[in-house]
Amino acid sequence: MSNIGSYEERLKKFDWSIAEQELGYNKGEVINIGWYCSDRICEMGKADKTALIWEGLGGATRRYTFDDIRVKSNKFGAFLRSLGLKNEDRVCLFMDKIPELYIGFLGVLKIGAIAQPLFSAFGDESLHVRLDNAETTAIITQRKHVSKVRRIIEKSSYLKHVIIVDHDGKKPLKDREMTFNMEEYEEPKDFELFPTKAESPSVLHYTSGTTGQPKGVKHVHYSLISQYLTTKWVLDLLEDDIYWCTADPGWVTGTSYGIIGPWSMGITQCVMDVGFSAENWYKFIEKHKVTMWYSAPTAIRSLMKAGDEVVKKHNLSSLRHLASVGEPLNAEAVIWSEKVFGKPFLDTYWQTETGSIMLTNFPGMKIKPGSMGKAFPGITAAVVDTKTFQPIQEVGKIGLIAFKPGWPAMMRTYWNNETTYKSKFTNGWYLPGDRAYIDRDGYFWFVGRDDDVINIGGHLVSPFEVESALLEHEAVAESAVVAKPDEVNMEVVKAFVMLNAGYEADDMLELKIMNFIRKKLSPLAMPQEIEYVKTLPKTRSGKIMRRLLHAKEWGEEIGDTSTLEEDE
Amino acid sequence: MEEIRDVVLEYVIEEYLEDEDEEINYETPLISGGIVDSFSMVSLKRFLEAQYKISIPDEKASPEAFDTVNSITALVREFIG
Repeated sequence: MSNIGSYEERLKKFDWSIAEQELGYNKGEVINIGWYCSDRICEMGKADKTALIWEGLGGATRRYTFDDIRVKSNKFGAFLRSLGLKNEDRVCLFMDKIPELYIGFLGVLKIGAIAQPLFSAFGDESLHVRLDNAETTAIITQRKHVSKVRRIIEKSSYLKHVIIVDHDGKKPLKDREMTFNMEEYEEPKDFELFPTKAESPSVLHYTSGTTGQPKGVKHVHYSLISQYLTTKWVLDLLEDDIYWCTADPGWVTGTSYGIIGPWSMGITQCVMDVGFSAENWYKFIEKHKVTMWYSAPTAIRSLMKAGDEVVKKHNLSSLRHLASVGEPLNAEAVIWSEKVFGKPFLDTYWQTETGSIMLTNFPGMKIKPGSMGKAFPGITAAVVDTKTFQPIQEVGKIGLIAFKPGWPAMMRTYWNNETTYKSKFTNGWYLPGDRAYIDRDGYFWFVGRDDDVINIGGHLVSPFEVESALLEHEAVAESAVVAKPDEVNMEVVKAFVMLNAGYEADDMLELKIMNFIRKKLSPLAMPQEIEYVKTLPKTRSGKIMRRLLHAKEWGEEIGDTSTLEEDE
Repeated sequence: MEEIRDVVLEYVIEEYLEDEDEEINYETPLISGGIVDSFSMVSLKRFLEAQYKISIPDEKASPEAFDTVNSITALVREFIG
């Protein structure tokens, strides 16, 4: 029997107070995610239980009990306080998937500060824009990423502290830099938890839109309620599980379900901080006897590509339950996983703004490969008409996915951008920006994005941001960026580029432009293909018609071109 | 052979190595070591193709084939002939 039991029965009797009661939380009292994920588990008698098994390059392993993460997160908190940091200050975590990232995250929350995790592969400009927007005071990082921080620090006026967690003393520290070693720092006596309440801000994750700068999605400590219950009922974690969430905490899955969900349940989790290869992943599952595996379609398709033979070389019989997130999981991947692992990956649908799983295939439910499943109990979900924003009653008719606001993990605003936040709501619905339809059995089926945002393996990239960065390259006069279909990542970035006079359209220039974007923004945002063009399709008012270029890439009908410039 | 691997090593150091103090050699794991991620691998492949006027099929551009300077060099030689 799964944790959720009967989905239909849960729907009838659902109330979020189920999670509140299980967590021992009463309305109006202190609720702090850092405490719930460490101190509370220790108080429940699991202090010596393993919380984290970390594996790095060459099989290097570090293990931490729940008491270890309680003590070390207190050390982080005490150190940050010693610098004068206080509640609601923004503290960026800019690290690879090392233990300090996971434990430091709890430490930041324990002093009431706001954790701002950022993907460590971000380039200089991506890092700077996000730190500047959040007016971030401190950044916790590791030696290998310090050079990026150094390149932007002069223009990052809010940044007062650069904390390096693995400084080896070989090179001198520079202005605003300091070291912190969570193993060696003295354990604080009588560490005082900051008494955050339900609506106290907790995490700031950045996401991209079609236009403008990235948006800081603000979450609060009460998000724990959704994250705990969805972890329990969807990821179906049990006391003796060994859980592996492959997501990086630089993205929301890596915090909601890579830290908060499992640790608030007192579950042991594994982390592998090694680049992807099918062989390494299967070895990791076999070695640590992983029972629950939460991954992403991109990774699953890469594993499919590596073939079935490599699966057979490993004993993966420990696997009990599999789930996927990030982008729609294609039916072939579900069927393949059932064939090779003996169980299907269950697709889950949610996004940075929702903070927790919204639509999903539940354990025990009839799985329709390729479908996103049904709404989590307590979530009112619909597909609404694109013009009237009324729920569509007709089976199979495509519209916009919509949710009634009010679940605990829902974002509270975009940082310093209330106008854009409000624009996400229409006719009483929150609109995530995706199109879908509902079949006769009530299952949701993903159709596509409703905007130009590019979904690369579950990570959203703004075409506007890439176009703006391209214009900073000396050779580029004008550009248009669209999604291009990709077998593994679903979509990748393609750029159409008009060159300035004097530049020759050749392979080496293409490579230079690609690398320019990779370093400035991130490897995800780097165009995987650049097509040189003499003109770009524009409306009569001068706006680039990305829609036309997108249609060309996807082999779709071009549609209405009546507003196209006459000379195009 | 020597020349190719030195060119590749130099390019990797120049383009992908973030940690100024880190030293890498012909056998340092690049993909599994997190120095080159799967997206950046595309630009590395593009470099090899442009530099050596070859075309590497996608199915040959696996994380394993790109994991060290030596394995990349072997791959390039396969297509140079």
